[in-house]
Amino acid sequence: MKVTITVNGRETSAEVEDRTLLVHYLRDVLNLTATNIGCDTTTCGACTVLLDGEAVKSCTVLAAQADGREVTTVEGLAAEDGTMHPVQKAFHENHGLQCGFCTPGMVMAAVSLLKENPRPTEEQVRAGLEGNLCRCTGYHNIVKAVLAAAEETA
Amino acid sequence: MSVLGTRVVRIEDPRLLTTGATYVDDLRIPQLAGAAFVTYVRSPLAHARITGIDVSAAAEAPGVVAVFTANDLDDVPPPPADNPLAEPLLAKDVVRYVGEPVAMVITETRAQGEDAAELVAVDYEPLPAVVDVEEAVKDEVLLFPEAGTNIVAPNGPEEFDDAPFEACEVVIERTFRNQRVAPVPMEVRSAAAAWDGERVTVWSSNQNAQTTRAIIAGGLGVEPDKVRVITPDVGGGFGAKIGVDRDTVLVAWAARRLNRAVRWTETRSESLIAMQHGRAQVHKVKLGGNRDGKILAYRIDFMQDGGAYPRVGPLLANFTTLMAPAVYEIPTVQIRSKVVLTNTTPVGAYRGAGRPEATATIERLVDIFAAEIGMDPAEVRRRNLIPADKFPYTTPTGLVYDSGEYVKALDRVLEAAGYAELRAEQERRRAAGDTKVLGIGLSSYVEVTALDFPNGETGRVVIGRDGSATVYTGSHTQGQGHATSWAMIVQDQLGIPMDKVTVIHGDTDAIPVGTGTYASRSLQVGGIAVHECAVKIKEKARELAARELEADPNDLVLDTATGSWHVQGVPGTKLDWARLAELAGEEGLTADVHFKPSRPTFPFGAHLAVVEVDTETGQVRLLRHISLDDAGPLINPIIAEGQRHGGIAQGVAQALYEEMAYDAEGNPITANLADYPMISAAELPSFELLTMETPTDVNPLGVKGIGEAGTIGATPAVQNAVVDALSHLGVRHIEMPATPERVWKAINEARGSEKRAAQ
Amino acid sequence: MIPATFTYRRAESVDEAIELAGQYGEDAKFLAGGHSLLPLMKLRLAQPEVLVDIGRLRDLSYIRDQGDHVAIGALTRHHDLATSELLAEQLPLLHHAAGTIGDPQVRHRGTIGGSLAHADPAGDLPAVVLALEATLVARGPSGSREIPATEFFRGLFESALEPGELLTEIRVPKPAARGWSFQKFTKRAIDWAIVGVAVQGDRIGLVNMGEKPVRATAVEQALASGASIRDAAEHAADGLSPASDVHASAEYRAQLARVLVRRGLEEARARA
Repeated sequence: MKVTITVNGRETSAEVEDRTLLVHYLRDVLNLTATNIGCDTTTCGACTVLLDGEAVKSCTVLAAQADGREVTTVEGLAAEDGTMHPVQKAFHENHGLQCGFCTPGMVMAAVSLLKENPRPTEEQVRAGLEGNLCRCTGYHNIVKAVLAAAEETA
Repeated sequence: MSVLGTRVVRIEDPRLLTTGATYVDDLRIPQLAGAAFVTYVRSPLAHARITGIDVSAAAEAPGVVAVFTANDLDDVPPPPADNPLAEPLLAKDVVRYVGEPVAMVITETRAQGEDAAELVAVDYEPLPAVVDVEEAVKDEVLLFPEAGTNIVAPNGPEEFDDAPFEACEVVIERTFRNQRVAPVPMEVRSAAAAWDGERVTVWSSNQNAQTTRAIIAGGLGVEPDKVRVITPDVGGGFGAKIGVDRDTVLVAWAARRLNRAVRWTETRSESLIAMQHGRAQVHKVKLGGNRDGKILAYRIDFMQDGGAYPRVGPLLANFTTLMAPAVYEIPTVQIRSKVVLTNTTPVGAYRGAGRPEATATIERLVDIFAAEIGMDPAEVRRRNLIPADKFPYTTPTGLVYDSGEYVKALDRVLEAAGYAELRAEQERRRAAGDTKVLGIGLSSYVEVTALDFPNGETGRVVIGRDGSATVYTGSHTQGQGHATSWAMIVQDQLGIPMDKVTVIHGDTDAIPVGTGTYASRSLQVGGIAVHECAVKIKEKARELAARELEADPNDLVLDTATGSWHVQGVPGTKLDWARLAELAGEEGLTADVHFKPSRPTFPFGAHLAVVEVDTETGQVRLLRHISLDDAGPLINPIIAEGQRHGGIAQGVAQALYEEMAYDAEGNPITANLADYPMISAAELPSFELLTMETPTDVNPLGVKGIGEAGTIGATPAVQNAVVDALSHLGVRHIEMPATPERVWKAINEARGSEKRAAQ
Repeated sequence: MIPATFTYRRAESVDEAIELAGQYGEDAKFLAGGHSLLPLMKLRLAQPEVLVDIGRLRDLSYIRDQGDHVAIGALTRHHDLATSELLAEQLPLLHHAAGTIGDPQVRHRGTIGGSLAHADPAGDLPAVVLALEATLVARGPSGSREIPATEFFRGLFESALEPGELLTEIRVPKPAARGWSFQKFTKRAIDWAIVGVAVQGDRIGLVNMGEKPVRATAVEQALASGASIRDAAEHAADGLSPASDVHASAEYRAQLARVLVRRGLEEARARA
């Protein structure tokens, strides 16, 4: 079937198998490889993107379900001139990433979290990121980064 | 002022945060255009004879390029005849663990691979499977009948001498399990290969490209110079990606057989059962001491579960043996070990690799001893820790601990935690009959880093005509921030700003000789190699500048603030690095170092964990975790802290949550990420880190390794805290992971025996 | 990781959804948020030949105060339940429980209709609608019908829905007894409940205490005959066969049920 999805502000279209997952559409059809696949049980959140502005796990959304919708990946977060989004900046300044594999999904989940709760407590940040696993950081600096981003944007 | 020791944000980050890193599965390069996809067919049984494989249905499925089994591997070196335990590429005749690769399906698309793999029909004749080391050691079910035993690398005395224990007032004997866990790097195993004539390029997610090249060359029966390994970004390794295993060698082989590029990325469910596991030891321990708190004798007789093939099992057992006495001065130490094969996934290095096991066991035992003699566990430690004036300290296992302040580390942690207040709160809750009780757990630890120090590490620095520096390092980051740290070292020594320093790693054509990143070795070998390169370049530059400025080399001054040279007293005339590179002419301004330290180093520390246990449900909540991890001077505190955080999280996870469990038939029952309880941010608090920097004399910067220390210190502190929470109920030990059900059972048993005692 | 091949059809209306389902019969499954079905399909534990996507039927997403009850469209997402001020005020049990399902990403996709139709005894919402004595409205080829929640869950992953029927609305009566509690016991925050308890007044729904979501009838009877909370809660596991699995033994689940029922009733009482 043909799907048409606006990704990072650009309309994209392709003929795909009905069973194509959104994450594979992004990675293999559009070659937007920042969004990663870390599991097969909808657990790890490395594949998190924004679908119509809300964080979803793109491994558990069919491209067909995103047809006609808007998707934002981490590649679409920074401004046109390259200025990083406050969440990206906060991750950088607070050492919120090490190997970087969970990072795109973590950043998108954080963007969505702050959209819905601009002034979260530490506990709310931790609960809000329960769908995003990281093996490197122990989450300490990720939480710090999200709180810092909240401070800057609220 | 030096940049070393300052908090510098990472130069790696902007790329990782905006366009994303490039892991093997992300590669979209011409050499891999049109690459076919590899999907493995794996054994669903723990132990079975393969009686037949029918690939006909699979071969006819849409998009299938080829289906291979062991019978097709006729162009690789046969397994060594003198090694009955050799691990094949594809299983032939026998499968020995669930997940062992049996066939490979090559297809045009990923999805077709999953479809076709289901159609490969393998006939198995099940064999009895042995899953526990205590059973496997009996040699009743043999994994390798030709070998005649499941026991590998037995080490230690036939008989133990009991006399030292007979002299003790208190003797404690226990069996502890350090449970099997899965490393779970966020990026699973992945590889791609493309041949160009006689030469293959293999892109692989690994921790040491040069060793990976050797493994692939050996596996295919070609000379190493016929193999180029390129490691792009790696999404975590933790020991599981040291070298590569059969799955990756087969990718290179398939590309050769098909004369076509192929690529492979496993699924997480595959990874959990087919990527090597960690830990998996059973310890029989005996501790003897007196009521004054002095430990006089310690015996550890342990088995390392090797899994189905003895990869690095013997090494792990060796590390545990070496570090068994840990931080204590113990007059008699007795150690025996063996690796035992079982019908499970092979066990390999996992963050700490043998050292967490050694520390977890003795720290548990020290607490049990403390409870037995009614002494505060901190006090027992104080009375037995190697005192500061005894360094360098030679251990009963022959290691020389370089430097340490074990008592100071413990005292600082106790103070930062507010130990007395915590004990008071614990008492208050007990007296009030609170169902939610508080537990305080300690650990003191020492760890060995760069144990393979004779391998050293390579470094090469080239100054460009634009004044930039390119660093070629044998170190091999999987997230540890080497690019930033090595750039800091270059800036510190040469005054070339970090944003003009490029660090290259992971390509065996660019760096033919190198060792890699594991064993917390990189800074003290790879970083020092870069440091030594910079020192050499400084001396070359001094000569060049002296000649150019017609001065005595001793009068040349390098101003690292501006990255320029001038003659002492004549600051007006400067030479910058660009000019010096030019002056170096054809030869260039470069340095090559293969730095081999003389000894390993010994970071150390103390952890304190505070847990709350709900005595009605057994639920454990980690409230606070305070740690002091001393790895000598900090080059970049931000990076060191990040390593500690990650290590602590993994340590906590092992104590409370994670276990790679098998049923009696050898089926893994925590075989996907929904069932294998890797923790999220919601399970952890923020950590409280203390800083102490006790240098080593082994290298010019005085640095040790920090990568695995957090894991080693954290696990026993948390396990001890859980037991401590319930000590008033008579609980003396709870095995890991201290799941709610395990904790609840322990409470019940204690209350039950209390009732029985009262009757 | 990748589902087996299937044909995707998208329904633009409830009628079309029913028509498509009828056309394909047993080979077809409805796709709402997809967070019960797609994970199964990705592991190839479910391999429907046709998916009828009903996720665009926006007119099935609503939360309305209908006087004596609240009407909730079957395609209302967990996120919308968890952020609804109306629910926070009128049905705090449902409001709170919806906010504990999975994680934020899952809650942006999963729907109440999808969760209930999936009939997973480990799911949170079945126990909640049991405790709230909701009525489920289904529509199929032969028209609409109302099914009391207590008759909706037939067995393991088995609901009362006939082939070709889909849920359209969940009607929840505004409870007379206002005290409520939701006790969800998990190892990790993201996990399914090892055991969960939904309390509304003296009505108790149990999560993961057997093959299907059930009411704690023994406890309710004890309370009705005047037992104290402490005594009544002792009956939490009576007549039930919770599973033993990788997460917990049956014995431990029974113990958890007793403790959580007691805590749930105490909390509900305090809120009344």
